[in-house]
Amino acid sequence: MKRDPELYDYVPYDASRPKIRWPNGARVALWVAPNIEFYEYDPPSNPSRAPWKRPHPDVVHYSERDYGNRVAHWRMMEVLDRHSVKGSISLSVAMCEHHPEIVREAVDRGWELFSHGVYNTRYTYHLSEAQERAVIEDAFATVERFSGQRIAGWLAPALTHTERTMDLLAEYGVLYTCDLFHDDQPQPVRVAKGRLISIPYSLEMNDVIVYNVNQIAPRRYADILKANFDQLYAEGADNGTVMCIPLHAYLVGQPHRIGALDEALEYILGHEDVWVATGKEIAEHYLEHCYDDAVAHVEQLRAEEVAR
Amino acid sequence: MSPMDDSYLEYPRRARGMDHDRYPWIPWPERTRPTWPGGARIALFVVPTLEWFPLDMPKAPFEVPGGMRTPYPDLRHYSLRDYGNRVGFFRFIRLFEELGVTPSVAVNAAIADRYPRLLREVTSRGWEVIAHGVDMGHLHHGELDRETEARWIDQTLQTLRNASGQDVLGWLSVAKSQSHHTPDLLAERGVRYVCDWNNDDLPYAMKTAHGPLWTLPHPHLTSDLHVIHHYKQTEASWVRQVCDGFNVLHREATDGGRVVGISLHPWLTGQPHRIGAVREALSHCLGQTEVWATGARELFEAAQEQLA
Repeated sequence: MKRDPELYDYVPYDASRPKIRWPNGARVALWVAPNIEFYEYDPPSNPSRAPWKRPHPDVVHYSERDYGNRVAHWRMMEVLDRHSVKGSISLSVAMCEHHPEIVREAVDRGWELFSHGVYNTRYTYHLSEAQERAVIEDAFATVERFSGQRIAGWLAPALTHTERTMDLLAEYGVLYTCDLFHDDQPQPVRVAKGRLISIPYSLEMNDVIVYNVNQIAPRRYADILKANFDQLYAEGADNGTVMCIPLHAYLVGQPHRIGALDEALEYILGHEDVWVATGKEIAEHYLEHCYDDAVAHVEQLRAEEVAR
Repeated sequence: MSPMDDSYLEYPRRARGMDHDRYPWIPWPERTRPTWPGGARIALFVVPTLEWFPLDMPKAPFEVPGGMRTPYPDLRHYSLRDYGNRVGFFRFIRLFEELGVTPSVAVNAAIADRYPRLLREVTSRGWEVIAHGVDMGHLHHGELDRETEARWIDQTLQTLRNASGQDVLGWLSVAKSQSHHTPDLLAERGVRYVCDWNNDDLPYAMKTAHGPLWTLPHPHLTSDLHVIHHYKQTEASWVRQVCDGFNVLHREATDGGRVVGISLHPWLTGQPHRIGAVREALSHCLGQTEVWATGARELFEAAQEQLA
């Protein structure tokens, strides 16, 4: 095991950072990432993680998640439509087979599909390189077959990885990973060959963390989203920032919670100079305009340390 | 890390629909909408529980919410749960009568054996008894053998049917937990509806080996147990969540009825400092227009008639 994932250098959030300029002088790139997931009823176990807390069938937790696909997806989508927000979908690609109607709704709206693995109950831990490649190839093939889209982003299923995950993603031409939480700006990721960047996909704004882990009441979620935005918006005047709102219909789309999202989007989109983008749009802009400066900055910081 | 068997990446149920046979996949917009009596938007049903937590209850395979926590003998939790049966429920009774609520009461069989007076408080008012297992120490789950589970269900239904004089068609599992066999075993014994699954805003029929078993939208995330006991959120926040959820469903019910269930635990919200929150939540829901305040059985009958 490594002590450091060796995926990025230390780059302080100070005035020396190269400036990120978003299109049209926007301060913040806002992207909303609904996860459209399939949790299996009776999946096989992985040695590092049991798929369910309770013996199968875990009716309480399974059905809570199924509510997202069965009902709440449409409620969440209606809110995003009302605010004209294009979703970037973190997709369990088997959804293309199980519930194609839901994925079709996203594709028809011009939303981006990126990969969240095959199922959110199949974890990457312990996969061999060949097996991990099979999952990546499955994701590319399934999404392309269903939508014609070529996957640009990756959020590992249930945020589970191996040490080689990032290298493989870069090799297959994935542009961005959502699995690193070390920054409020996109960053280059150190990979064996090719280019890969991380895009902020905030755990702290993620409704799973807010509701299931931090156990926060719905109306406070709206306050948290607004406060997060306010700070990133202020700082983005000098150097562009990214705000991500990762969502799950089964959580945010509950009747007692949907109002929080609606309220936060109303507030955020009431501001000028917010670039409402998809993950891929952010990645492409960054790779074209910012990536080389960021890499040069990293190299300069390294050289300065050596000189010291 | 030892390599994973390739079967870990086999997906035998990867096809349109669910990955089990309990119910079909129908996208929400295509679902049949019910018309409730009087054209009501919301069918409101209130489910308090009468529970007995044995002092020696098992803690495996998972801890039942509200179960014993400290080393044996855990007198504090034993007696605090029993408080609901001695005191809390009588506050509920006075409040329900004042507000004109006819609850459907989920009852452990142990209540009928141990506290027949308490059960008579329910039956003498004509309130429906929903079977709630043997007691809180008899947990149905996927590692329980079928014969034992069948015996427990028989014991529960026989005890409650004899003691209540009702046919007892409804079931709520302890901790809302089921095994793979539970729906079949229940339907075989004349149970017609269950309150365990949290994946819908409407009743729907499950397939069993013995005909349809209806599932009613009995809440998990907005129950007093989940919000106040598990999440440790405030009483005021629980009221807000119940009311916010109700309001959203009421607003959405332009194309047919929806269901709001209210789940109450007398050992928790029957406390002196919490009963006011129950009053507030119920008063809000009952105070809106186009509300059909009903029981689980009437809801099941209406669903069976219109949604089969």
